[in-house]
Amino acid sequence: MGPRIGVYVCHCGVNIAATVDVEAVTRFAQGLPSVAIARDYTYMCSDPGQALIKEDIEKFGLTKVVVASCSPMMHEPTFRGTIQEAGLNPYCLEMANIREQCSWVHGEKDKATRKAIQLVAAAVGKAFLLEPLEERRADVTPAALVIGGGIAGMQAALDIAKAGFLVYLVEKEPRLGGHLAQLGKTFPNLESVTPLLSKAIEEVEGHPNIDLLTSAEVVGVEGYIGNFKVKVTDRTTRRELKVGTIVVATGYDLFDAQLKPEYGYGVYEKVITGLEFERLVSSSGPGEGEILVKGKEPQDVVFIQCVGSRDKSVGQEYCSRICCMYTAKQAFLVKEMLPQARVTVLYMDVRAYGKGFEEFYDQVRGEGVIYRRGNPSEIYKKGERLVIRAEDTLLGEPIQLEADLVVLATGITPRRDSLKIANLLKLPRSADGFFMEAHPKLRPVDTVMNGVYLAGCCQGPKDIPDTVAQAKAAAASAMAPLCQGQVKVEAVTSIIDEELCSGCGICAEVCVYDALSLHERKGVMTINEVLCKGCGACAVACPSKAIKLSHFTPTQILAQVDALV
Amino acid sequence: MEGQDLAQAYRLFECIQCGRCTGGCPMSLKTRFNIRRLIYEALVYENIDLQSKEVLWDCSTCATCTLRCPKGLDPTDIVIGMRSILVEGGRIPPTIRDALKSLAIRGNPLTMAKEERADWAEGLGVKEISEGAKVLYFVGCSPSYDPRVQRVAKALVQAFKKADVDFGILGNEEVCCGSEARRVGETGLFEMLQELNLETLEPYPVELMVTTSPHCYNAFQNEYQGLDFKVQHYTQFVAGLIDEGKLPLSKEVKRIVTYQDPCFLGKQNKIFEEPRKILKSIPGLELRELDRSRERSLCCEGGGGRMWAEGTNPEERLAHTRVQEAMDLGAEVLATACPFCLLTLEDAAKTVAGEIEVMDIMELVVEAL
Repeated sequence: MGPRIGVYVCHCGVNIAATVDVEAVTRFAQGLPSVAIARDYTYMCSDPGQALIKEDIEKFGLTKVVVASCSPMMHEPTFRGTIQEAGLNPYCLEMANIREQCSWVHGEKDKATRKAIQLVAAAVGKAFLLEPLEERRADVTPAALVIGGGIAGMQAALDIAKAGFLVYLVEKEPRLGGHLAQLGKTFPNLESVTPLLSKAIEEVEGHPNIDLLTSAEVVGVEGYIGNFKVKVTDRTTRRELKVGTIVVATGYDLFDAQLKPEYGYGVYEKVITGLEFERLVSSSGPGEGEILVKGKEPQDVVFIQCVGSRDKSVGQEYCSRICCMYTAKQAFLVKEMLPQARVTVLYMDVRAYGKGFEEFYDQVRGEGVIYRRGNPSEIYKKGERLVIRAEDTLLGEPIQLEADLVVLATGITPRRDSLKIANLLKLPRSADGFFMEAHPKLRPVDTVMNGVYLAGCCQGPKDIPDTVAQAKAAAASAMAPLCQGQVKVEAVTSIIDEELCSGCGICAEVCVYDALSLHERKGVMTINEVLCKGCGACAVACPSKAIKLSHFTPTQILAQVDALV
Repeated sequence: MEGQDLAQAYRLFECIQCGRCTGGCPMSLKTRFNIRRLIYEALVYENIDLQSKEVLWDCSTCATCTLRCPKGLDPTDIVIGMRSILVEGGRIPPTIRDALKSLAIRGNPLTMAKEERADWAEGLGVKEISEGAKVLYFVGCSPSYDPRVQRVAKALVQAFKKADVDFGILGNEEVCCGSEARRVGETGLFEMLQELNLETLEPYPVELMVTTSPHCYNAFQNEYQGLDFKVQHYTQFVAGLIDEGKLPLSKEVKRIVTYQDPCFLGKQNKIFEEPRKILKSIPGLELRELDRSRERSLCCEGGGGRMWAEGTNPEERLAHTRVQEAMDLGAEVLATACPFCLLTLEDAAKTVAGEIEVMDIMELVVEAL
């Protein structure tokens, strides 16, 4: 008996149905050879939609299913699950993308319907030839690596360690703490950083499950989820660690204020960055708890927002998210320590979006800090004082403010060495230079590299609570495979025909996953099916046509093409 | 003019009204010219009444606003666009109108005769480019006609000869580069002058063009379409000659000198090092930096057609401020590398109490030869 195919055409509300005559598509599908049943439905991905497919599989004895709906990126996993629940092999599913590749990009209903029909015909043609594939599993090394010993890395390491797994925590600097160690008080509740940080460091250093490697760097990563081999080196020794998952928590660099020469940072001593202000007001700072600029208490302190944030002229398009609030905190501290000082914040928008932020912003203004709208353009000298040139945009008047101290709210940038880490772990970076999450909404701590997770500012600017939250999420994600003890491995892989392979190695050169190697005895190439991601590059490159990609075999693809033309 | 048309043409919708343009604008402190507000008006008013905006002629096109804009907009170009609307409607200061007329008829804005353009070079033994030379010296309008700036052109010739540079000039064939025409909003005239120059240059196998003025340099380097040779401002070329040891500066010039970064050289083309390198190569010369220098330099107010129009506040040019700053620094010479800076600063120096000499870098160089 030949295959019995079911075809399901989705309306996607009006997303497809408004542009494509879904009933016509269904009628067409019903007439195709081997199609036992064709139906259309408002939302195939909904529970009733999926139930429909499951019922039909049983009722009509379907062996293959075609769903004509959205991109397989969206719902292929959903429908694979559906048919698996009804007893079919999940790879007996084929999708026709009649939304992204049809209804969303076309306007004329006639033509769009004709195209949808062709896409469905192609999918049915391929479905006819689909073969069940075996999903495989690999064992997991029950340990994790955390790269970076700032608050993100420490939190992730602690969570994983507390769950009973071994954690290697690698920190480049001799000490833990990262940027947090340079801060005095937190916003918006003005809590002292030192006790928080010391507690975290003590816990990390004392935890029996944490193997702490300071002054150390990751220099090589091989392997795949469940079985990574990581080379770590400090000045004297080199270690190879075996871990199942990796959390990247490498943090950020501060924007280099000298890239905005108009503010005179590096020229004038009285122009400092926000981070330098933290030291200035610290009890262990130069004034021993008093704000002193060149030995004197400043009378006029001006804060400048958005230095190296939201600024295309220096290639920093994004908002750094923390500067509005750390500036509010610092302005508040000046008022607290020097009540008679005039404190002005020059801003373009104040973003007080977090819990307790707007309330704190109110409190800071209530203390007498003046917010003037207008981002300054230039700073120059006037005797011993500085002049800040700006426009008060609410007055519509250019202004020249005099100050004894100017604090630049410098933003957050990707670490200058982030490319190195990106190359080691094959992590993509988004346009802003930060490491890219697998999905901005639904997979914010995963990466496209299975088994590698992101925590903290290496993924994008964030404050302490958001960093800690992401670290805990990354830890939880990194623990899942460790708890399972096994991981699923991609079933769609390349297959080598040993009769045809000449062992030339061209396939190995094009494989970015290092999945191909020469079998020394046989003289032909072999595939590590755990590393293979089924991208198909080797199949294209092979001059002997010795490699085919399962689920995308030449006969399957040609059947699709035949149906289309 | 519909504000929306301007908004479309110049991407004004992307403006976040941060105020950096007006905050950095050297004119905003002395006149009511406020480019940030003009952008806002174009965005929110259905019709923006540009005809009454006399302040539009205050802008010296120094481009500080463009440099400072965090959203990649070009407020300088917006001003030029607004000016072209005024020019089309015939609302244009009479002095600028005369200069443009002269440009169209005589190829220079100074109402001077076309056939007298190369008179300055008489007796200097300067080749015409038609006789064949690798380097074309593009003299420019003020250096050709203005007696003060002619001294700079002559100094350059002296240095070129000393360094055995194989160079020639276009002579009376040369016409204005059109930079100022474009900046007062006469785009058509700029295009005409560009075409004339390209036609003239076409037959000559030139390898490099060297200009006296940063304004000509900027036009050829960034605005001309279809030049097939390299363009340098003279400070780049001369710094190179000094580097290669072709221009030995042997005599001491014992003077305290400060340097005015011309906007079209520094801010707009990031040529900060070469002029300083030349000055530092002169034996005995002490270079003192102004507080506002390089990217923070203050415009002299000579660009964007301001050589021919006073603007709405003629009382005190920024050149005065600049000369005063130089004197406060204890400088004996205020050096620059732009004909417009040279003229405006020298004008200002005449009215300021105290002694300070305004010179072009090349004049100091020939003192050291």
